[in-house]
Amino acid sequence: MSRYFTDRLAKYTVLICATTSFVILLAIAIFIFKEGFPAFQEIGVFDFIFGDVWRPGQGQYGILTMIVGSIVVTVGSLLLAVPLGIACAILLAEVAPYRVRRILRPAVELLVGIPSVVYGLVGMIILVPAIRQIGGTGFSVLAASIVLMAMVLPTIISISEDSIRAVPPTYKEGSLALGATQWQTIRKVILPAAKSGIGASIVLGMGRAIGETMAMIMVIGNSIRLPLSPLDSARTLTGNIAVEISYATGIHEDALFATGVVLFIFIMILNSIAIIVLKRGRHAPTVT
Amino acid sequence: MKDKKCGKISAEKVNLYYGNFQALRDISLEIPTCAISAIIGPSGCGKSSFLRLINRMNDIINGVRVEGTIRLDGVSIYEPSVDVVELRKRVGMVFQKPNPFPMSVFNNIAFGPRQHGKSNKAELEEIVEKSLRQAALWDEVKDKMNNSALALSGGQQQRLCIARVLAVEPEVILMDEPCSALDPIATLKIEELMRTLAKDYTIVIVTHNMQQAARVSDVTAFFMMEEDRAGILVEYGSTSDVFTNPKDKRTEDYVTGRFG
Amino acid sequence: MRRPSPKTTQRLAMVYIWSGGFITVMILLVIIGYVVINGIPELSIEFLTTPPRGGLSAEGGISTVIVSTIYLVGLTMVILVPVGILSAIYLAEYAPDNRLTRLIRYGVETLAGIPSIIFGLFGYALFVTVLSFNFSILSGALTLVCLLLPTMIRTTEEAIKSVPYSHREAALALGTTRWQMISRVVLPTAVPGIVTAVILCVGRAIEETACLYVTLGSSAGMPTSLLDGGRTLSLHVFYLAMETNAPEKAMATGAVLIITIIVINAITNWFSARFQRKMKGVS
Repeated sequence: MSRYFTDRLAKYTVLICATTSFVILLAIAIFIFKEGFPAFQEIGVFDFIFGDVWRPGQGQYGILTMIVGSIVVTVGSLLLAVPLGIACAILLAEVAPYRVRRILRPAVELLVGIPSVVYGLVGMIILVPAIRQIGGTGFSVLAASIVLMAMVLPTIISISEDSIRAVPPTYKEGSLALGATQWQTIRKVILPAAKSGIGASIVLGMGRAIGETMAMIMVIGNSIRLPLSPLDSARTLTGNIAVEISYATGIHEDALFATGVVLFIFIMILNSIAIIVLKRGRHAPTVT
Repeated sequence: MKDKKCGKISAEKVNLYYGNFQALRDISLEIPTCAISAIIGPSGCGKSSFLRLINRMNDIINGVRVEGTIRLDGVSIYEPSVDVVELRKRVGMVFQKPNPFPMSVFNNIAFGPRQHGKSNKAELEEIVEKSLRQAALWDEVKDKMNNSALALSGGQQQRLCIARVLAVEPEVILMDEPCSALDPIATLKIEELMRTLAKDYTIVIVTHNMQQAARVSDVTAFFMMEEDRAGILVEYGSTSDVFTNPKDKRTEDYVTGRFG
Repeated sequence: MRRPSPKTTQRLAMVYIWSGGFITVMILLVIIGYVVINGIPELSIEFLTTPPRGGLSAEGGISTVIVSTIYLVGLTMVILVPVGILSAIYLAEYAPDNRLTRLIRYGVETLAGIPSIIFGLFGYALFVTVLSFNFSILSGALTLVCLLLPTMIRTTEEAIKSVPYSHREAALALGTTRWQMISRVVLPTAVPGIVTAVILCVGRAIEETACLYVTLGSSAGMPTSLLDGGRTLSLHVFYLAMETNAPEKAMATGAVLIITIIVINAITNWFSARFQRKMKGVS
């Protein structure tokens, strides 16, 4: 009977499709490591990661400056985005009246939808000249941090808002009934209860920040040096890969894949931390 | 036109396990054809579980284990060679909460026949009208065949679900507390419907409502839960005997309302 | 040092909280506003229908870019939608609680967190180089499929799971095979949710840049086959910004991009709302 045949065929087809996700993940890991391995072998893992000279023309491949660049920009963006994001999350979850929420929440969703190149474009056209007034060329880690902040903000806001909402209202009622002000309640009761969700949002925001490429290329200057002041330009790990891959060959190309390996491992670690932080929380928020 | 055949159901020493938990113990009974059999008893004693054994709806649950034999027309239904899909065509089920598909009235009724291979439009229309007439719903929906079934009232939706089952021409109709989500007037209509259908189908209903069992059924089975929460069959006989002259004291206690 | 009174901290905190919201909205308005206001004057039918002619002042328009974007997104969706839906069906309806399922879920979750540039490297290594598709729409589309698969699977799975269990029971009790139940009852009911998933992925495909930067090539010509290179709207904004002195053209392209995405967002929300209503039983 043909409908039994279809039934069995369907069962195997969906299984095969479902495994493609895992297969792709495996393939990515295999290819990246395979291409990057020769670089690790020839350059040496320690020299690669901690070498501060990146001059492919002279056979020198040290990515320290770019690791620092990535870290500085990420930390900078989080320093700006976390206070802002938590404030906005509290606003949405606890303070804002309905009419304000109706505008604010779609606004946050819209921010998520803006492509990274547009953030980079606006950064290039508005931020960079503005920073140039203060000093340097304007293409700087400061500009990059500000741009990244805007990109990471919606992540922090939406996940933090979810976890603040998930705090049982009995906590809030108990605190208010004791005569605490709203802010005292938020600060001493609600935020600590939501802290695992907020922590997870920060870790996820960190992951997004480290992985961002195009917007970074547009405002950070892409010069290969250690950024000692916010006005210095620098280069990120992601930017390094994107900028040089099109013309790199041989060991240079392998070194770029090796950069990808470093990035990959770092993101996997970050994601695992996010999952652990989320799971440990009693009130795990929903992650979109 | 196929001669309607009321299916014969019998259970022999049936034990049901969900994992390590025994839900039913040693149930044996024979369900009369072309009649209404009611299964009554307090909550949790396995009435619905037993009902679902008859059309193997329990199979979907993980870790379920069935011992003993259940027969439809003499043939054991838990053999590996049994086609479960065909079984469920012969043994239909109406659920506690009406669950029409989010489709038109017509497509709801035509769904069963379509899945079993019928595609001729004229044939389907004939089946749909016949089923709706049998379910005493035709007059109310004949102008609304293309409207969503979800727009009907609760009672109408339940009759729709009955019509849907009738469309696949079953031999047995199982009803799991079919009126518990309905108002009294709708309930009465469905009870009337059951009496009409019993002429051509074997009907088994699970009900919490003793008065309903007494009103509607020919035969009643009283289930109860033992201390280890396994369900057992306490008494089984004609409805008038079970209610007016119960043989077991536990039955008497239940039907007179001393517990339950 | 005297501590400020709770009333004072309450007021200061409110200032903090409200400015958080205010600044966020300001950021949004600045970004969208600046691009749209500066870009729209440059928009014209001519802009949309002439190809870019290159050069430092970015002569021409974006016709080839629009076509490339459509080809790329189209090809991506043709592959992504069936694979994504079937995978989601497996996870929602078939998957037993065993190691294989955990592995698959781990795959989906992890893929979702990997940055776009890594997908780009992967696409470059596998599709462009090993499979010799070169910089082409094909390479770009295959890379995008890998990138978007988790999103498609997750959203579709949610749509399928929100179909009430009672529908499944009713179908099975009428004597259907599992696949009949899924294809004739569950999927049709979940269609608006699935459409939402598809539109969501289309939106994300349009804004993607990094992974396409290294798999699509930079050709600004009109693609005539899937093995041709091309440029998407997002990439074109990037190239205009980095290689030309024409910020207005970049912003015009950016405006097209933003408007497209806002429209797609609105459609997604509309479909999503319709799906919610259908689930609640209002036809």
